[in-house]
Parts: sequence; structure tokens; C-alpha cells
Amino acid sequence: MIAIGLEGSANKIGIGVISHPSSNKPPIVLANLRHTFISPPGEGFLPKDTAIHHRAWVVRLIKQAVQQAGAKVSDVDVICYTKGPGMGPPLQSVALAARTISLLWNKPLVGVNHCVGHIEMGRAITHAQNPVVLYVSGGNTQVIAYSQQRYRIFGETMDIAIGNCIDRFARTLMIPNDPFPGYNVEQYAKRGKNLVDLPYTVKGMDVSFSGILAAADLLAGQISDDVSYGKRLKSEEGDLITKEDLCFSLQETIFAMLVEITERAMAHVGTSQVLVVGGVGSNERLQDMMGLMARDRGGSGFATDERFCIDNGIMIAHAGLLEYQTGVTTSLEDSTCTQRFRTDEVFVGWRD
Amino acid sequence: MSTTNMASTASDAQPPTTPPPTQPLHALPQPFTTSNLEVLTQGAEALVYKTTFLTPSTPCVLKYRPPKLYRHPILDKRLTKARLLAEARVLVKCRREGLSVPAVLGGDWESGWLVLEWIGGRTVRAVLDEWVHKFGLRARDGKTSEEEVKRELDEGLMEVVAEEKESQEAREGLMRLMQMVGRAVGKLHEIGVCHGDLTTSNLMLRTPERKEVVGRGPPRMTVSAQREAAMSGQDPPEVIPVQQEETKETNSLEGDVVMIDFGLATQTIHEEDRAVDLYVLERAFTATHPAAEHLFQEVLRCYGESFKGAKTVLKRLADVRLRGRKRTMIG
Repeated sequence: MIAIGLEGSANKIGIGVISHPSSNKPPIVLANLRHTFISPPGEGFLPKDTAIHHRAWVVRLIKQAVQQAGAKVSDVDVICYTKGPGMGPPLQSVALAARTISLLWNKPLVGVNHCVGHIEMGRAITHAQNPVVLYVSGGNTQVIAYSQQRYRIFGETMDIAIGNCIDRFARTLMIPNDPFPGYNVEQYAKRGKNLVDLPYTVKGMDVSFSGILAAADLLAGQISDDVSYGKRLKSEEGDLITKEDLCFSLQETIFAMLVEITERAMAHVGTSQVLVVGGVGSNERLQDMMGLMARDRGGSGFATDERFCIDNGIMIAHAGLLEYQTGVTTSLEDSTCTQRFRTDEVFVGWRD
Repeated sequence: MSTTNMASTASDAQPPTTPPPTQPLHALPQPFTTSNLEVLTQGAEALVYKTTFLTPSTPCVLKYRPPKLYRHPILDKRLTKARLLAEARVLVKCRREGLSVPAVLGGDWESGWLVLEWIGGRTVRAVLDEWVHKFGLRARDGKTSEEEVKRELDEGLMEVVAEEKESQEAREGLMRLMQMVGRAVGKLHEIGVCHGDLTTSNLMLRTPERKEVVGRGPPRMTVSAQREAAMSGQDPPEVIPVQQEETKETNSLEGDVVMIDFGLATQTIHEEDRAVDLYVLERAFTATHPAAEHLFQEVLRCYGESFKGAKTVLKRLADVRLRGRKRTMIG
């Protein structure tokens, strides 16, 4: 069976084509295309502009993806699209495209939960059986474990998402948004060495990042070249603190928070496997830390590369096809989208 | 962005080899010992061992927070120190205010260990589980809905009460236990401490101390003499194992309630934190069995009478229940 997936919940539009040859064979990725809306340094992406970007690219990408997949339209069994969660206008524009091709090609629709898409793609790629999932991206920060036909949320952010925190931190320090802020912060962090104290907020299995942004605003003022040498922020050895040091400190602090809540969830559930998904999951330092923690618990950490952990259409196609195979479709009338769609609302009929 | 066979992308997902779990590598200073450790649990943060204090027959709890390799060493030291000290301070405060909590016997934030008094007895969770097991059985057959089970359970309980005097005592014992829990939590909140992880597993029913059976044979060192010897740094004299009457696997509901595991405790007087403490406890009760909800009402009743601000906390609890922070907000 073949499915085409349309994703556009944030600033990336992704179109993927996937094939599930049979139930006991691994799925095959036929096409996985993506285009990103990049805003200038110091700015985030606005919903309105992002929607315009998606509308401009969706037709081109669908055509290319179908061509690259080498499939005929008649071979496609189902059209999957992101129902939510995400930003309203971009979600709407992509859902509209999905409805249109569904009517044009006369194919059924399946609305997919974006988070479940990430989880299922991660499981398929890494072959992790029943891991605790850390889902970290620009809009989401959740620790998830599977239990009785649902992906249940054990811990999450109490305010902003981790990716949002990194993006805004980068914005404060005027770090470029191309290819994406998290990548640039990661490169800066590799050159940093001094650890600056940042708020570390963990409550049980929940985390909070808003204090870090407030701290970043203060710190950014103390490392600028406009400030006299005497007032510049210095390390204990007297070195001037740099942007690189701040990025390093940011990563060390927020990733330690994430690994800690993940470990707590693992201790709670009693599993030793952990899977990191979502855009922030492509960060190598986070993957390393998670691996170290999992090893200490006698287990293993799994992660995917940026093709699959950054938002993409293939994960929507994959999760949608899994759902379609259990006999679920979304009727045209119900093919809406929603900005708030919690991971545990989805009935996971395809797992034991 | 190319066509990829997914099976070939799994290369970075090979499970690494597994080293044994972390043990305290350093030796503890006198009078603490790492010689006869017995692992109790491995939590997310700490390894909890049973060991002995001063004499080989005095058990105690060793809570060791191993360095987390994934964390930056400076950050790791900072967190370990802050948390260990916070836990110790809360315990000392509770103790001073007369609450039943484990005494702090020693600790070192640099190397991350804390030694606490051993609390004998069973967890309240074990007590509840046993109760469900005992009275829940007759309600099982053919009943599906929670309400039915609940009603049946109550009826069953009443029936049993009518039948056996023993069960009457059990029921009264349970109620007494619930009252003790309510008062203990009330007292904790009154002195400005919130537990942070108030589950039935973190509440112990400490059984009353048993009298030692006088050992036969030659005169032996008393426990206090052994302690003195250990304190003054002498070689402990040869110990003849103290014949303690083994605590029988008793169903007794006697004893007092002791709260344990203050790893997430905070010193706060906010209604919100107090209400969340109760909410967590309520969830722990209802997760055990639907019928345990009735018992929890008794906990709340006693809590409400325990200190001045308790009634407003109960009102806040109603809000917390309704709110359910993790609820969807559509529209």
C-alpha cells in the first residue's frame, strides 16, 4: 500500500510518499521532500507569512514527490495530512491542499496527529520496540510512553517548548536562522567552554524554560561589545564570556533537564530504551547525553537523523497509513485541523 | 531528500554495550559502612541501599546520588548539593517540629550520600493492596462497570462486617490509618513543607517496636554498649547476634504513619502546592482501586480539621481536580 503525506504545521512544508509492502516487511520511503520558510535574523516566522510560503510551494512539491516516487496517482491508496497540533494558518493551507487532491484523485483522507507521526517514524527507523519517547521540537516538549492503545504523556513543558526556547535565545544573541537556529546554536556551542549559571527548573517529570529566556536577555546585555571591559561578564578564570559560551551553557542546562525527566519516566515505567524524536532530536549533544544516561540504566538510546526527525511528510504518510490499515479514514466533512491536539487523544489501534 | 530504504538508515541505532549500574565507588567514613549493602531501589536520581549504622544489627538507609555522566560536572555538583541539602534540611525541620519522618544520620554533598534512619513496617500502598485483595475478590465475578464493583465492594465490606468481628476491626483499623495519614499530611503542610511526591508508596505504616527476646548463653554486649564502642572508635567487640523477634508477616494496622522520600520536597506555604500534594495522593489512592476513593474521603476529612488553612486548601483541591493542567483547551 502506498500513502502520500502532507505536513505543514510549522515553518516547513514536507511531502512524503511511503510504501508498506506487507505487514512483516519494513516500510520503504519513496520520496521525502521538504522546503523551509526562513525568517531574517532576530525574527521568528509569523503564521501569516508561513501560510503564504506553504501555499506557494505545495503544488510544486506534490508534483515532484509523485514523480520521484515513480508511482502513478492510481497506485496511491490514501492521502494523509497533519490535523494538528501546530500553527493555524499553515495547517489550514496544507489541509486545503490535501482535501483538493483527495477530491481530484478520488482517494480517502486520513488526518494525522503530528506528534504520533514523529513517534511512529522514529520507531520504524530505529526498530526500538517499546521505548520511552522524548519528543522535542519548536512547539512541543513531551516525555511519552505507550500504554493501552495510547501514547501517554508523562512529562512536558509547563510553559514554552524547548525549540522555541533555543530559537528565541538565538534571536536575542542575533544568531542567524539559516538553516535553522538550533543548528547554529549547536555549532556555536561546540566552541564554547565556560559554563554560565542558568535557571534549572525541573518539577517531577515536568520542565520549565521561560526563566532561561529572561536570563538570556540579561546575559546578552553583559557580553555585548558596547559594554565597558569592567562590566563585561567573566568566567571564574577571568576570561570574557562569549556567545559561544552562552550557547554551550544553554545546551548543557536545558538538555540536562530533558535527560533528567526522561530518566525519571524510564524509572517510573521500568523500561531501558529511549527514543528521541522531533527537530531538536537532531542535536548531537542531546543524543550523546541521552545515550550516556540510557547506558547507565543498562539500556540504549535511539535517535534518527535530520531527514526524519525534523518535520517531514514521510512521517505523516507512515502514521496515516498505519491508521488507514486499521480501517480508519477521515471523511471530507471531518477533515479539519486544530492547533491543539494532544498526543494521548489518538487511539492507537495498530499496536498491541 | 532522496529516496531511501529505511532499513539502511538504522546504522546509528545500534544498542551500545551495557556496563553494570553505578555503585558507590568510594568508602564511606566511620561510623558509616558500605560493607553490607543491599539495593532497595534504583530511582531516577538516587540509588537507595539498606546498610547498618554503628552496630551490625541497626539497619539504616543509604541514599546515594551518583554523579550523572551526561551532565556537565559543575552543573552536576551544583544540583547534587542543592538537592541533597534541601532534602536533609526538610527532614531536620520536620523532625524538629515533631513529625514522624526518618532522622538524618549523616551526609556529604560533595560525594553525594545521605544516611537516614531505617523505618520498619509496610507501605500504605501494600496495606491498601492487601485490603483490595481481601475484600475485592468476591466482587469480581460478572461485574464490569466501576460503579457496580464499587457498590458491591461496599456491600461486601458491610456483609463481612456483619459476619466477622475480625473484619470489623480491620475496617476500623483502616479508618484509623486514613485519619493518621490525613493528620500527618496536615501537620506537614502546617509547618510549611510540601512533599512533592506524595504517593501511597511514600507513606509507611511503622509497626510498633517489638521487645527484644533476651538471648540465651553468655552475657552479650547491649546495643548501646556497641554504639558507644563504635563512637569512641574502638574495635567493635565480638557481637553475638541479637535475637530479635522477627517481625511476623502481620496484618496489624497498628503503628504510626511515617512519610519517607523527601527528594522532591519544597518549603512552601502556597495553597496551590499543598493542593497538588493532595491531588497526587488522591490519584495514588484511586489508582489502587476505585473503592479506595471512599477511604480517601476520610483522609481529606482529617486533613481539613488538622490546621487553620486546611479548608481553603481543600477548596483549591477542587479547582486542581477540575483544571487538570493537561487538559485540551479547544476554542
